[in-house]
Amino acid sequence: MIGGLFIYNHKGEVLISRVYRDDIGRNAVDAFRVNVIHARQQVRSPVTNIARTSFFHVKRSNIWLAAVTKQNVNAAMVFEFLYKMCDVMAAYFGKISEENIKNNFVLIYERLDEILDFGYPQNSETGALKTFITQQGIKSQHQTKEEQSQITSQVTGQIGWRREGIKYRRNELFLDVLESVNLLMSPQGQVLSAHVSGRVVMKSYLSGMPECKFGMNDKIVIEKQGKGTADETSKSGKQSIAIDDCTFHQCVRLSKFDSERSISFIPPDGEFELMRYRTTKDIILPFRVIPLVREVGRTKLEVKVVIKSNFKPSLLAQKIEVRIPTPLNTSGVQVICMKGKAKYKASENAIVWKIKRMAGMKESQISAEIELLPTNDKKKWARPPISMNFEVPFAPSGLKVRYLKVFEPKLNYSDHDVIKWVRYIGRSGIYETRC
Amino acid sequence: MTDSKYFTTTKKGEIFELKAELNSDKKEKKKEAVKKVIASMTVGKDVSALFPDVVNCMQTDNLELKKLVYLYLMNYAKSQPDMAIMAVNTFVKDCEDPNPLIRALAVRTMGCIRVDKITEYLCEPLRKCLKDEDPYVRKTAAVCVAKLHDINAQLVEDQGFLDTLKDLISDSNPMVVANAVAALSEIAESHPSSNLLDLNPQSINKLLTALNECTEWGQIFILDCLANYTPKDDREAQSICERVTPRLSHANSAVVLSAVKVLMKFMEMLSKDLDYYGTLLKKLAPPLVTLLSAEPELQYVALRNINLIVQKRPEILKHEMKVFFVKYNDPIYVKLEKLDIMIRLASQANIAQVLAELKEYATEVDVDFVRKAVRAIGRCAIKVEQSAERCVSTLLDLIQTKVNYVVQEAIVVIKDIFRKYPNKYESVIATLCENLDSLDEPEARAAMIWIVGEYAERIDNADELLESFLEGFHDESTQVQLQLLTAIVKLFLKKPTETQELVQQVLSLATQDSDNPDLRDRGYIYWRLLSTDPVAAKEVVLAEKPLISEETDLIEPTLLDELICYIGTLASVYHKPPSAFVEGGRGVVHKTLPPRTASNESTESPETAPAGAPPGEQPDVIPAQGDLLGDLLNLDLGPPVSGPPLATSSVQMGAVDLLGGGLDSLIGGTNFVAPPTAAVPANLGAPIGSGLSDLFDLTSGVGTLSGSYVAPKAVWLPAMKAKGLEISGTFTRQVGSISMDLQLTNKALQVMTDFAIQFNRNSFGLAPAAPLQVHAPLSPNQTVEISLPLSTVGSVMKMEPLNNLQVAVKNNIDVFYFSTLYPLHILFVEDGKMDRQMFLATWKDIPNENEAQFQIRDCPLNAEAVSSKLQSSNIFTVARRNVEGQDMLYQSLKLTNGIWVLAELRIQPGNPSCTLSLKCRAPEVSQHVYQAYETILKN
Repeated sequence: MIGGLFIYNHKGEVLISRVYRDDIGRNAVDAFRVNVIHARQQVRSPVTNIARTSFFHVKRSNIWLAAVTKQNVNAAMVFEFLYKMCDVMAAYFGKISEENIKNNFVLIYERLDEILDFGYPQNSETGALKTFITQQGIKSQHQTKEEQSQITSQVTGQIGWRREGIKYRRNELFLDVLESVNLLMSPQGQVLSAHVSGRVVMKSYLSGMPECKFGMNDKIVIEKQGKGTADETSKSGKQSIAIDDCTFHQCVRLSKFDSERSISFIPPDGEFELMRYRTTKDIILPFRVIPLVREVGRTKLEVKVVIKSNFKPSLLAQKIEVRIPTPLNTSGVQVICMKGKAKYKASENAIVWKIKRMAGMKESQISAEIELLPTNDKKKWARPPISMNFEVPFAPSGLKVRYLKVFEPKLNYSDHDVIKWVRYIGRSGIYETRC
Repeated sequence: MTDSKYFTTTKKGEIFELKAELNSDKKEKKKEAVKKVIASMTVGKDVSALFPDVVNCMQTDNLELKKLVYLYLMNYAKSQPDMAIMAVNTFVKDCEDPNPLIRALAVRTMGCIRVDKITEYLCEPLRKCLKDEDPYVRKTAAVCVAKLHDINAQLVEDQGFLDTLKDLISDSNPMVVANAVAALSEIAESHPSSNLLDLNPQSINKLLTALNECTEWGQIFILDCLANYTPKDDREAQSICERVTPRLSHANSAVVLSAVKVLMKFMEMLSKDLDYYGTLLKKLAPPLVTLLSAEPELQYVALRNINLIVQKRPEILKHEMKVFFVKYNDPIYVKLEKLDIMIRLASQANIAQVLAELKEYATEVDVDFVRKAVRAIGRCAIKVEQSAERCVSTLLDLIQTKVNYVVQEAIVVIKDIFRKYPNKYESVIATLCENLDSLDEPEARAAMIWIVGEYAERIDNADELLESFLEGFHDESTQVQLQLLTAIVKLFLKKPTETQELVQQVLSLATQDSDNPDLRDRGYIYWRLLSTDPVAAKEVVLAEKPLISEETDLIEPTLLDELICYIGTLASVYHKPPSAFVEGGRGVVHKTLPPRTASNESTESPETAPAGAPPGEQPDVIPAQGDLLGDLLNLDLGPPVSGPPLATSSVQMGAVDLLGGGLDSLIGGTNFVAPPTAAVPANLGAPIGSGLSDLFDLTSGVGTLSGSYVAPKAVWLPAMKAKGLEISGTFTRQVGSISMDLQLTNKALQVMTDFAIQFNRNSFGLAPAAPLQVHAPLSPNQTVEISLPLSTVGSVMKMEPLNNLQVAVKNNIDVFYFSTLYPLHILFVEDGKMDRQMFLATWKDIPNENEAQFQIRDCPLNAEAVSSKLQSSNIFTVARRNVEGQDMLYQSLKLTNGIWVLAELRIQPGNPSCTLSLKCRAPEVSQHVYQAYETILKN
């Protein structure tokens, strides 16, 4: 299991060091600094073995988090734990920075004491942790016995993510379907790979212990129902989508999903990520990029890029940005674009073209002349792909929320009384076209 | 609140100041001071001098302060054990606190203080906490048992904590169950033999129920524990798999990977024809792909594991090639791993896409990645024949880029392509030669020189090219020097007239001016070859080379199986067994995949199951002979010989002692071939004993023949039973022909004539290839030696034991019957060497339950000796590896009837016994092959 946890700043100074096992000594702290943080060559693996001691590290801005062990631990678990640890820290004091860590080091030690025991991860749900570890120190002095036992049963219990007795005057919930659409396209316009990775994020402000059921246009569910009422589905004409795979927050009953493919759960209070999913079929690609690069002699490049929007004309895409990489020996660039603004950014070796808004079924174009310095460098320019960023108000996977039903048998509010909001946002993930 | 100020106190006399503050009356000041102490401790300053002052602050009802003091205690208690005792009282008191959080904190911290005296005081509070009414305290106490065990294992056992811990597996609270499982698993790891985690269907059921209810971390502990269980049959395996599969949709990647581990392991037990097997395979792909959308560090762990899974079960991800395409922004470690998997998944169906990708990668920036991409193109060419041409032209394009390292890497792989497809792509040689000057890495230079030497006859200026390398001969690395030497000799043999001078130059450079023994030796060998027999030299140097295999870096099958049992853990990331990186005895238990067991079969423990024939059948060996030999054997042999063959041989040895001292050395080696009949006359008494001794004297010369091992002759038919005819014999195999060497002795008073021999149908169709020819009549007391050639085309009937041969011999007096056991190695044919690739594929292909394992004791040979010894009996070493100091020999042999037997021989230096694992489609031969091994190795 995890033998110790260290947090360093970018210089390799220790900010936090907590040793859980006897086989990890203080020299491990230095070993990591010398061999990884100060390594002459950048370390090429997140797992490093130094003298039979294994170090797992992740980096957040310029802070290094390292877990150390001498045993054959579950590596996936250690990384999941490090990420959770970052989440927990972020939930308590925002950005993970040297200053914030130093300001909160007592809190962090308390946290480490609670979420890792003898190197075994314990409960790491911030909701539950916040009930007894707060920024003002531990609350416990003034708690009644009932409160205490409620905390412990929640921390260890079956529904560790929600406490009893939550009350809201207005029962409300928000569902955000957030998708990132990824594309890799060849210069000829052939899709090399495309997938959507989506998340359903829920913000719930519901009283009591509500039982929720979530439904979407999952092909398997629709087809199953379709057998009974074939004409109904055809009448509504609803498109269903094929989901390659999905994963759920730990509140979702997985065995029920496995057997009936229904998504039922008791949600944590506030915001959480209900599910993640991935689709690869019938993806709506919101933009198409058509690049044209021509080398004119050894000192000049002509670039022309056309983008076409491919969705309903009534919808508007926002925050569009196209990055056209330029060679390292670029000396000057002239740009002409029909829409938006374009600039050559020498420090980033790219032409950045920004368009605030663009409706569906439109097209726009940029052309640039790039002057090159003559070099005798034999190495050819690698021609990185043209990448794009954007945001569209629909789900490129085609996912639709069909329902989210809420049942709370003990309290007197029904599904109809809950105010529900649904929003779809499609963003670009890695959206690249080779040129 | 800004605690950062505590980090900045660097004044001198700081400790003194802190001491004063710690002893202050004001609570706030005290707290501040403790914080400063912790901050100093964190940055590595030694604040142990403050021990008593900090411990004094422990008696507080401020939980935050208490926690900080505990933190300090955990760090320094070991260096100040006597002082640490001061804290005990507070701990014991805290364990009785009404607040469960404080009770838990006390027991948690106490377990972390590794001072013997404290552990004594810990026992009572811990016992109470394990039965605490509050689950939070119980789950903390469960882990504390593991802590205590780490400090003092004996104490934990004596106090009976292990039983209490086992009871917690049935606790009503899922988190308590999970922590108890984690603690027990860890304790069990340091006691591999103990049956601590007594996993049975009932307890497994409890774990599976808790699995649905506990936290993500608890699920990981439980799944990792489940993976150590071996279900009793395929039905149980399936039902566990069914309950584990929902975990594949968990958001925590570690839960998913641990579930994959359980499924991959238990799948071994399922029959491939089962519908469920197919369903399971389909269910595994999507979650594995999803892991690739996790954060990069986890992607790396996932990819290392997928690399194993793809080797074990390529069918799972064969359609998922695209997800392994490299993204421009992937970290380099992810890129390199993806590339590896792409090559493994490359097939005729997707090769076009793969090649297009690889070509893109070859123009990237990172040198390592580009090199690997170029190498990957070469591997595609070798793996998918149809793509070879396209690969070669891609490589040529890359060479045109003139990027130095790309060119060098391309030349190295083109050499391999030439090896795989000789005489196909020579047209590119001209292009390669153009780049000669830019090569500065030894591997690339060596590859280029090899190409020039190999195709010297087609390169007009080969001599000039090679000569140019020769100028700086002594500055080259050994690899290049050796290659250059060979290439010039090749050139000379191909174009002797123009290159005499060159070859002399290189030979003198290699032999006279070099102090590298390898180079010198090779130089001398060539020199002598060329000067004594140029024709032979040609045959040796220009010999046709064996084709290279497709996949070069497959993980060896037994290691792969072991790593599959470690999916998700560090071992699977390093691709090494835990013993390679874990110190001490912990976690070094060798794990293996379970054998397939159908529910209707009897359940045997995995250790005994593969050990060849069930033990119960062993004693049959002798009675079966007895049937033919008549009652004599049963009557006179006395107690029936039972037990495995080793026991049989010891009986023989005992009998031999009766024959007198001089014979011991002779007979010492006959422990297998000589059937127990040898013992019969001995038991009968002295008169025949003397005759026997003559007989053994005669045979003494036989065993030293080259070729297969030949056992000394043994008496097959005693004179008593055959009216005066005594037959002894042995089997030999030489240059592909089997013969039965017989020695007939006439112990009767009359002349014997008209000999004839016949075999009963037997397992391998052995039959006399010629009549038994005894030229002259055999007069009394005369002995004749005959070699009877045998063929293997006779009629076949499976015998029991397999190598039993029933023989009838006729002469003018009567017909006599006897039976004998032939050593299996006479059936090992000369072309029994499998190529490596084939071997790997076959090894994988043969189901695991066909594997049998044996120990060969008292065989103090090293790997070379073993290998050459076995080779002379047609057991061929296909590959050899050294794993952690052990030599692993992979061997193949083929029987006359076409049955292949694959073997893995593990030899430990210094340990006289070695382990033999045999895999064969006809597992019944394994036992006999093992005996053959033993016979050969011990003689």
